[in-house]
Amino acid sequence: MTERNIGDVILKVDNISLSFGVMKVLDDISFDIRQGEIRSIIGPNGAGKSSMLNVINGFYHPQQGSITFKGATRRQMAPQVAASQGIARTFQNIALFKGMSTLDNIMTGRNLKMKTNLFWQALHIGPARTEELENREAAEKIIDFLDIQAIRKKPVGKLPYGLQKRVELGRALAAEPELLLLDEPMAGMNSEEKEDMCRFILDVNSEFGTTIALIEHDMGVVMDLSDRVLVLDYGKQLADDIPDKVRSNQDVIDAYLGVPHE
Amino acid sequence: MLFFIEVVLSGLMAGIMYSLVALGFVLIFKASGIFNFAQGVMALFAALTLVGLMEKFGFPVWLSIIGTIAVMILLAWLIERLMLRQLVNQEPIILFMATIGLAYVLEGMGDILWGSDVKVLDIGIPQGASDWMLDTFDIYIEKLEVFAAATAATLVVILAIFFQKTRIGRALRAVADDHQAALSVGISLHTIWVIVWSVAGIVALVAGIMWGSKSGVQFSLSLIALKALPVLILGGFTSVPGAIIGGMIIGVGEKVAEVYLGPFVGGAIENWFAYMLALAFLLVRPQGLFGEKIIERV
Repeated sequence: MTERNIGDVILKVDNISLSFGVMKVLDDISFDIRQGEIRSIIGPNGAGKSSMLNVINGFYHPQQGSITFKGATRRQMAPQVAASQGIARTFQNIALFKGMSTLDNIMTGRNLKMKTNLFWQALHIGPARTEELENREAAEKIIDFLDIQAIRKKPVGKLPYGLQKRVELGRALAAEPELLLLDEPMAGMNSEEKEDMCRFILDVNSEFGTTIALIEHDMGVVMDLSDRVLVLDYGKQLADDIPDKVRSNQDVIDAYLGVPHE
Repeated sequence: MLFFIEVVLSGLMAGIMYSLVALGFVLIFKASGIFNFAQGVMALFAALTLVGLMEKFGFPVWLSIIGTIAVMILLAWLIERLMLRQLVNQEPIILFMATIGLAYVLEGMGDILWGSDVKVLDIGIPQGASDWMLDTFDIYIEKLEVFAAATAATLVVILAIFFQKTRIGRALRAVADDHQAALSVGISLHTIWVIVWSVAGIVALVAGIMWGSKSGVQFSLSLIALKALPVLILGGFTSVPGAIIGGMIIGVGEKVAEVYLGPFVGGAIENWFAYMLALAFLLVRPQGLFGEKIIERV
């Protein structure tokens, strides 16, 4: 890792517990994410990783605990509030607008950047037009950055999986987020696509200074990318440390490889 | 030959009337995936309100239209508050059932507020045959129908630009595609729903005005909604131009069939032709002529 500016805590999660009925999905989880950091959340399937992201961006509402983002503490967020505060995300099972083109998908990411009212938009003149052009320019920059110029008019539903993942990242970046949540950005990719994605993540982090929290199963990737790693298992917090320490943590090894139960 | 052209033209014009109703369906289906059974009743309700404002309150035409638009927007807001918001994340079939309920509520409300007698709607749209067409080409065509066609064309152009080129249009399509993803980029579902139901309400008003001017405002107007169904199957549930072209195909098809095939089977083809056509279409091209292709990865 080259020298990067890791700043103050941007997101703090305190004693979050979440359950669906009798199922406890998250049990008393506390951790923080620092400004400019790449933070990984790992754990076996069903550990509660995605649930944790869903709590942060407001899809799930935890029964206990609180979230502090940029100094404001709250029990739960509405997804819209999270988005307007600067949290963007991608999904484990790609959630793109399949009938729309790559460009349009990325433009929806700029939704909150555009302010003109319905009246101007319906007429498609005046300020609405200028605004549309400005944001279009921003979207084109992202398309260049992700190297997807060739597919910008294609409906994303027809694109191969790896490219869809890239477009989804583009949509999240379009919002110019301060905190970017990536849910398994490399799942189902071949090694070449993985390398590309790794490079994009690192570039986003270093060029835009975006704080990134990601869930990933590929341990090589996680250990390479992350500043710190949070390990979950069955909703419990197993470890939270720098990659080297996590790697040698006995609990983590047990959780992944399994231990005989007496 | 001249007679054939006349039949086709009158079919086209009747078709555009269907299209206007179908358009309202498409809007709501596009943005929320809900098949709004109440669309026909909304047209009826809008027309009733318009007539009511003009007759009972003696408002001038322009004020009555603005008043009715306000009522339709208020209605959209109420529907979102009392119905859609309560049914977030439910199966489409449940929302569909809710719109059936909505149809009955609206019909009853229209009855209570404005009475159930047939009303004449005259907002100054020219009536009668177009003399110019009659003199020049010797073809009989209603002025009202030409007016309806022009209105439909204008509506389609505005809606197409709105959907394709604006932020709110994109947001509407985004919501239609994936609720969660839409939420994650900060689109408010509630606002979008109010907007789309308002627009559908206004389109319903236009449809109501045209049908009301043609055949009076009566409760059978809500049955036109049924004719919009084959139109949608033909044109595709998600396509604005599809609704228009589908409507015209159905309109022309049933008129031509009635005139040329009717005598052989004892007539009344007009009543079922549209449904047969739709059925045939479902077998060949279930997404309709212009519908977004159903893409499924395996």
